Amino acid sequence: MWLIFKKEFTELLRDRKTLIFMIALPLLVFPLILGATIFFTTSAVSDAENKVLKYAMVGQANAPAIYQALKDAPDKFEEVDIAADADFANLINGDELDFVLEIPSTYNEDILSSGQHTLKLYFNDAGLNKVYRRVEEIVKELSDEYQRVAFDSLSLTESQRSAIIEPVVISKQNVADEREVWGERLGAMLPYFLFFLCLQGAMAPASDMGAGEKERGTLETLLISPMDRYKLVLGKFFAIALSGVISALITVSSMAVWGIVISRGMAVEFVANLMSMIGLTDFVLVFFMLVPVVAIFASLLLSLSIYARSFKEAQSYMGALVMIIIFPVLIAMMPGIELKGAWVWVPLTNVALAMKELIKGTMDYYALFGIFTSTALIAGALIAFSIYWFNKEKVLFR
Amino acid sequence: MIEISHLAKKFAVESPKKLSEQEKKDPRLKGRFFHSVKDVSFTCDDGQVLGLLGPNGAGKTTTLRILSTALTPDKGEVNINGIDVLKEPLIARKKIGFLSSSTGLYGRLSGRENIAYFGQLHGLSKSDIAAKINEMAELLDMHNFLDRRAENFSSGMKQKVSIARAVIHDPELVILDEPTTGLDIMATSTVISFIERLKAQGTPVIFSTHHLDEVQALCDKVAVINQGETVFNGTIQEFSDLSGGHMHQSFLSTLDGTKMEKSNVVNL
Repeated sequence: MWLIFKKEFTELLRDRKTLIFMIALPLLVFPLILGATIFFTTSAVSDAENKVLKYAMVGQANAPAIYQALKDAPDKFEEVDIAADADFANLINGDELDFVLEIPSTYNEDILSSGQHTLKLYFNDAGLNKVYRRVEEIVKELSDEYQRVAFDSLSLTESQRSAIIEPVVISKQNVADEREVWGERLGAMLPYFLFFLCLQGAMAPASDMGAGEKERGTLETLLISPMDRYKLVLGKFFAIALSGVISALITVSSMAVWGIVISRGMAVEFVANLMSMIGLTDFVLVFFMLVPVVAIFASLLLSLSIYARSFKEAQSYMGALVMIIIFPVLIAMMPGIELKGAWVWVPLTNVALAMKELIKGTMDYYALFGIFTSTALIAGALIAFSIYWFNKEKVLFR
Repeated sequence: MIEISHLAKKFAVESPKKLSEQEKKDPRLKGRFFHSVKDVSFTCDDGQVLGLLGPNGAGKTTTLRILSTALTPDKGEVNINGIDVLKEPLIARKKIGFLSSSTGLYGRLSGRENIAYFGQLHGLSKSDIAAKINEMAELLDMHNFLDRRAENFSSGMKQKVSIARAVIHDPELVILDEPTTGLDIMATSTVISFIERLKAQGTPVIFSTHHLDEVQALCDKVAVINQGETVFNGTIQEFSDLSGGHMHQSFLSTLDGTKMEKSNVVNL
């Protein structure tokens, strides 16, 4: 069996495609995702902040102060003349305008006599834009001034003013620590990336060791070697699983290393906070939980690959498998699903939930027993199926 | 000595609707099963070379796969030097050297590594493997490419490495499935010389072919399979005598009137 394993792994290390999926992709995926997210988000926000917004005002004579404030910022706002009966939506969706501000005829600076005013802001709110916030900045300055004048005329104290503005206030006392908050947000996504990368790492070798043997014409010669079939399967299984484990190890290490680089080197605050809360033990546990997951993937991939007639057919089966694997991870993302009761025993979903709990720092370590037992049982059953599959002539000689 | 008696093997047809008209008319197709081999029997003694002939789809490859233990027959017996191949396949495999028609090699391993891998699978020691590879390299003229990766080998190079791989463990029986198909004259000549050497050593050889000139030059015995059944089993002389020394005519006469594509047979 080790002879088969050694030969298969030697071949893997000589295959550029496998090395890319097994090592390069997990190594680069986290910095690429983080880098790309930070770059594109920063750039899009900056564009939205600095864009000169084209606008039109309806009823501008009713609010000369607002009109003047917009006029006084030509580097931020550019007025466009429109017909009185123009279709605002068409003009905005046709990129001729960014917004239309409609002032009602009842608009008055003396709010004690006129009451609250509602200004209508027409704009396209799909996608990233800062139209509402930038217009609100202008209007709020005037609104605050009207409020101050009104309070002054009523001779109210500062305390009375606050009480009128917000008579009852709820003060949020969050008992969750910061780690739990971030863990809830990021911990759900983590297994999605890790599972996917482990699967990718094992896919290329699995295709090569099953369908590849058929396509190259080496399967027949291998089958008649004086080696029990189960040893052939186990040798191949361990080689595929090891490549998946290497992928997992590199992924988790890369995650930890880049977390440190980004938090210390680039001083990104939330990453720094998160990294200070997650310990080495958590990373090690995340890695160990991936080991039985990789065993499940390896046996599934090997069975599919042995069944396929060619690389192409194997790849199409494996593509479908990716969709199936995502499903238990998605379940773990759903609200209300927690690592409790029966969910501890649901393979893959339990690992996804446990990773979230680990990142949140709320892991119930007794659940590890259920997680490892159920995942190992499934992995064992799938390996047994692979061996059964490898003994079927109708599978081997399709 | 190898004895094969009354082998039969059928396969389930995955998609009967996808069969060609010709395949649908094949009498071996019964319901959802295709009886690839119905009744095949022959023997080959030590030091003999047996040529296995038959038109495409006759059941030659299935028969050879059964002999090599890759497939299990539904019926029949295969006996190699007293070992029942069906009951003791692992022991039988140590006695068999099999060259399949595909000559597949592991492309990312060198020729030497490909051969050594199978030597290790047969439990040979490293020193024995090294010595055997050197001997085979000399015999099959492989020195100049043996340490290169197999992915860029020509058909001839692949076939030489495949042959070496098949006999690394000094098998008691060698089975070759169309060993010269697709090879140039030089490579074919090397393969033929190799079979002659095995014969001289007393190793029985069974090889399937469409080349009647090779049969005449090498074989002591001939078995012809048609539509899954042995339609001739005898010495090369008996085969030749069927049509007064005309191998091609002898072959056609064994097919019992079955229409035969001439392109499947190389004339003498």
